[in-house]
Amino acid sequence: MINKYILRLYITGQTPKSERAIENLRRICEEELNGQYQMVIIDVLERPQLAEDEKILATPTLIKELPPPLRRIIGDLSDAEKVLLGLELRRSV
Amino acid sequence: MSTGGGESQRHIDKLETYIPGFDLVALGGLPRGRTTLISGTAGSAKTVFACQFLAEAILQKQESGVFVTFEESTSDIRKNVIGFGWDIQRWERENKWAFVDASPQPGAEPIIIGEYDLGALLARIENAVQKINARRVSLDSLGAIFTQFTDTNALRRELFRVVSALKTMGVTAIITAERTEEYGDIARYGFEEFVTDNVVILRNVMEEEKRRRTLEILKFRGTSHQKGEFPFTIMPDQGIVVIPLSAIELKQKSTDIRITAGNAELDKMCGGGFFRDSVVLVSGATGTGKTLMVTSFMAGGANNGERCLLFAFEESREQLFRNAIGWGVDFEQMEKEGKLKVVCEYPETTGIEDHLIQMKKVIEKFQPNRVAVDSLSALERVSTIKGFREFVISLTSFIKHRELAGLFTSTTPTLLGGTSITEAHISTTTDSIILLRYVEIYGEMRRGITVLKMRGSMHDKEIREFTIDGKGMHIGKPFRNISGILSGNFVHLAPAEIDRIGNLFTEDDALTDE
Repeated sequence: MINKYILRLYITGQTPKSERAIENLRRICEEELNGQYQMVIIDVLERPQLAEDEKILATPTLIKELPPPLRRIIGDLSDAEKVLLGLELRRSV
Repeated sequence: MSTGGGESQRHIDKLETYIPGFDLVALGGLPRGRTTLISGTAGSAKTVFACQFLAEAILQKQESGVFVTFEESTSDIRKNVIGFGWDIQRWERENKWAFVDASPQPGAEPIIIGEYDLGALLARIENAVQKINARRVSLDSLGAIFTQFTDTNALRRELFRVVSALKTMGVTAIITAERTEEYGDIARYGFEEFVTDNVVILRNVMEEEKRRRTLEILKFRGTSHQKGEFPFTIMPDQGIVVIPLSAIELKQKSTDIRITAGNAELDKMCGGGFFRDSVVLVSGATGTGKTLMVTSFMAGGANNGERCLLFAFEESREQLFRNAIGWGVDFEQMEKEGKLKVVCEYPETTGIEDHLIQMKKVIEKFQPNRVAVDSLSALERVSTIKGFREFVISLTSFIKHRELAGLFTSTTPTLLGGTSITEAHISTTTDSIILLRYVEIYGEMRRGITVLKMRGSMHDKEIREFTIDGKGMHIGKPFRNISGILSGNFVHLAPAEIDRIGNLFTEDDALTDE
């Protein structure tokens, strides 16, 4: 597998919603991406400029930077199947 | 709102917007440290208002502001308002203006999976406010965020959070929101109004085939404001200008200094001339001599070294100057000496609100002692009845406020007798009314003049005949053998009848010179 996934997750502070999103994403990555990923977690309360640069409005927001195309997913990623579809790791049925 | 506690006990302070006229209507400005909802239909100038709220503070006070855009791109906004003289790009460099760009981004729509909040938006606003030390924040417009996120319940909760966070930051903010109807719900989605304690409505109504913009402050929680709709306009180099109307206080001083009408006989009829700070209405059919009265009024002022300003809406400059020469008045020479300024405009060039603002500007710049408008009726054409009434009231109070002498003319629609809409709206605001009328005597048209009203003064109560020649207007004797002149229904009286009527009353109050 040549394609390495670069995923950035924007959260606001240590809220239950943030924790859930981090946990959901970690689980999906471990189960589906086979170590071929880099996951960056950005707390917009600490780094607001990064949110500004990416024009993030809602949190949590997940950005799949690589491989292209760029994808944005908003929410706590509670539905793993939908997340996989969104990341184009699954073909829609 | 919270009950008790320090916050609600304190008097709510106002923050000046510096938007011309708005602070008068708002009795000082927007509630400081609060958020105000600016609601309006598409094209009601919400974005202009949102930009101007920040721009005027930068221009007037060097106070910086943050603009959060949910709809238009930042480059569009920069481009759209540069015409008003607002150089956002420069202000951004000077850290006076910061954008938070929350407009929809190109590319694939984000997918929504699970719960979310607007924490990132909030963090970005806070970041921008801190970075440039902003005191003011504009959010434009709420409707657009509902197209990006569909969960209205979550959005409602989040907007509450945004508004309370703005309060905590200590900034004064405005949020714009879309309405679907001019006279319906305050805003689309039906709940934005509960998010803020203060609501201002901008309207752009079609009335009698004319567009009319108005602004209404619906509520300012815990503090006062003027009530009702106030007209406003958008000036190309200035942005929104609100016309405060009734907010203008009627506290002008009143003087008993008299000035000449430019005609000795008319001065005598008025009991010694017009008052220096009074507004006189001259009403008559076309060709009765209204423009001549204006010309004499200007010449009379200039001869006494006063500065005179004439707004002409009926005739061209050339025509006016030629007419004046025909009556022995040299407008060109007067202008050269700086005693006169003639401003000619076609009424149709712009809306009545814009005319008003232009006229006020010219008056402020030229600083005249007397102002004439020939004729007010010409402006009726470009306005709704309501708009016209507001125009007349606003112009009259502006002139009186500056203690100038004003002379307005009004054209009656019928040749004989009759009144005009102008008169109906202006007669109570003017100090004096002079009527010019055609009088038919045995198949011949003559002209009559009478002073109908002269506030605070005795005046001649007769209808006198006057003639016009190369030296102007000559007022002669009263019509004795005719009645019904004002109504246009003439009745010729036999001399014996005149004597009989004359003996019925003994005059004791009229100031007649016989």
